[in-house]
Amino acid sequence: MASKWKFTTKDLAEKPEILMSGHRACAGCGPAIVYRQILKATRGPIIATNATGCMEVVSTIYPYTAWSIPFIHTAFENVAANAAGIETALKALKKKGQLKYDHVDVIAFAGDGGTYDIGIQALSGAAERGHDFLYVLYDNEAYMNTGIQRSGGTPHGAWTTTSPAGRVIPGKPEYKKPIADIMVAHGIPYVAAASPAHWRDLITKARKGLEVNGPAFLHVIAPCPRGWRYDTSKTIEITRLAVDTCVFPLWEAIDGEYALSAPSKVIALKPERKIPVKDYLKVQGRFRHLFTPEFEHVIDEIQQIIDRRWKRLLKKCDMA
Amino acid sequence: MAITKQNLLALNGDEAVAYAVKQSDVDVVSAYPITPQTIIVERFSEYVHNGEVDTEFVCVESEHSALSMCLTASATGVRVFTASGSAGLALMHEILYVTSGARAPVVMAIVNRALSGPINIHCDHSDSMVERDAGWIQIYVENSQEAYDSIIQAFRIAEHNDLLIPTMVMLDAFVLSHTLESVNVLPDETVRKFVGTRRIPLVRGHRGKLVPFKLDPENPITMGPLDLYDYYFEHKRQQEEAMQIAPRIIKEVHDEYARISGRKYGNGLIEPYRLEDAEIATVCLGSTAGTTKTVVDQLRTKGIKAGLLRLRTYRPYPVQDIVNALENVEAVAVMDRSHSFGAHGGPVFHEMRHILYEASIHPQIVDYIYGLGGRDMPQTLIHEIYRDLQKIVKTKRVEKPIQFIGVRE
Repeated sequence: MASKWKFTTKDLAEKPEILMSGHRACAGCGPAIVYRQILKATRGPIIATNATGCMEVVSTIYPYTAWSIPFIHTAFENVAANAAGIETALKALKKKGQLKYDHVDVIAFAGDGGTYDIGIQALSGAAERGHDFLYVLYDNEAYMNTGIQRSGGTPHGAWTTTSPAGRVIPGKPEYKKPIADIMVAHGIPYVAAASPAHWRDLITKARKGLEVNGPAFLHVIAPCPRGWRYDTSKTIEITRLAVDTCVFPLWEAIDGEYALSAPSKVIALKPERKIPVKDYLKVQGRFRHLFTPEFEHVIDEIQQIIDRRWKRLLKKCDMA
Repeated sequence: MAITKQNLLALNGDEAVAYAVKQSDVDVVSAYPITPQTIIVERFSEYVHNGEVDTEFVCVESEHSALSMCLTASATGVRVFTASGSAGLALMHEILYVTSGARAPVVMAIVNRALSGPINIHCDHSDSMVERDAGWIQIYVENSQEAYDSIIQAFRIAEHNDLLIPTMVMLDAFVLSHTLESVNVLPDETVRKFVGTRRIPLVRGHRGKLVPFKLDPENPITMGPLDLYDYYFEHKRQQEEAMQIAPRIIKEVHDEYARISGRKYGNGLIEPYRLEDAEIATVCLGSTAGTTKTVVDQLRTKGIKAGLLRLRTYRPYPVQDIVNALENVEAVAVMDRSHSFGAHGGPVFHEMRHILYEASIHPQIVDYIYGLGGRDMPQTLIHEIYRDLQKIVKTKRVEKPIQFIGVRE
């Protein structure tokens, strides 16, 4: 199923933007960069649906829209069901010979709140039923639209407004839910993790997700400068660090078979290239409270979690 | 047009609904099972698996997803149907508003069942009554024949381009859903011709061009945008404007259907029964009207001028029709099969008394909360209500404006 389409800078530059400029995302918004890259991967007619969240808000304030393709938003927890509805309607139209196109791709976007938490039921149901759509999780690791509250995707130790850096409890006590593994366990044909720092890898994975028959799940790290507390110029740098520290390794699972993607494969082959997690944490204000004598042991804990998860991933990829 | 020759089938209410959906050229059905609606989805599954329909049928993981799927399928331009009731309808609550706000003409059958807790699977109207403000058309049926007829009409009503209002058809749990009845069904081609194909209106698109109001890659539009204080209010006002037109459309569709089927339900909005010269009358919704008609007939043989007003559409609320129907009645008893805790009576009573206040007529009006959780409403209790009304007429006094009936004290 490997996509034969090679993405060159020229290809991408020539392709018209789907999410038009003028939307109201913040400077340095990770999700906006992620959307732009993913929408460069389209192959023909496409319909998009979005869960409630920052990206729906910044792109569709009536009477304006940044979308040059058909787009629908309905609620927070149901974007997978919305995608399933569109896909099923297209199937019905095709069966009756009323669809003008050979095929229309369906793409669903949701943040971590809409995926890990409130949206997981609809997502799991749509995956089980095998609807043909690409689900994009843009993971900024908290409810940013409502003002930085913790989600099932928020990492251990991170400050949010509902997991504050308190005198007793330093940030979020719980761990990040392995959402992409949960999706692999559904037995769907394509799951991948991607970072906008490695844009060609991300765009290729988005294209594969569209090309596959059945549900595809793309987990993309998409930092929020406001919520992660860093300078707006550092978004790409941080998403690169996330890969280099193995906090967010890049991989794909085709029909359940895990394989590391190039940027992470390099680290697997040359472990000395693996950067300490500390370097990733220290550039983000949301972890500032950990750099104190009282709580620096949490940094070690985080390193242990990341190492353990990385080892498990290497095993799944037959690289242990 | 001559009345079409029809087949007489033995169907329960759920089966009658499924049969109507089968004949109505529906593109997408997405549903989740809940007692006592299950027979609708079971029968429809059989139609799909036996190749009797070419509908895309999706058994989803919840009612929330059932309606969410219907909403976007409808927005993609196809005809859709779903069915639910009770807790399932409550789970859809959020999406009911999104659906009407998106002007997606979804048709849904509701088998009226009590809301938990305590959990109960039997009939009352508490599930759909709380949804009266959700921006949907609500049609309450008296029997399985009317359930069949109303589902077919609902597609025409909801999809009418002047309306685009999602429509729910309510039938009482078990009394209708699980009880066999003789149901006349029209031939497939007659129904197909009656419902026609879904027409999509044109709207002003992104670049000022007139485009079809659907998700279409050739003519992209954005649906479900963030709509703040500068436009939201106008969009809600537009929903009300469509509701104001709805009574006319509902009557037109009802009359056109009557011409081919020979069946009428009052004027499509209300069904007055022996009301012309009635002194006392009850008002109710759903299957209780059937029992009440029998009671009215019994009272009439004794020379008591009793009548009944059945509300068929509860949204839109047919204000003038109700006022006209009750013009000469001296005392009215509303029968509410749901309750608003802490309020002055049930919801049907609230609105009934409210509209009579501004009309020039002021009959005595009382409320009876009945049948919660499927408690039976036998003829004896309905006789009791009419006896109370006779007493009110005689004494010109209402002792208890709101009562619970058929309940242990």
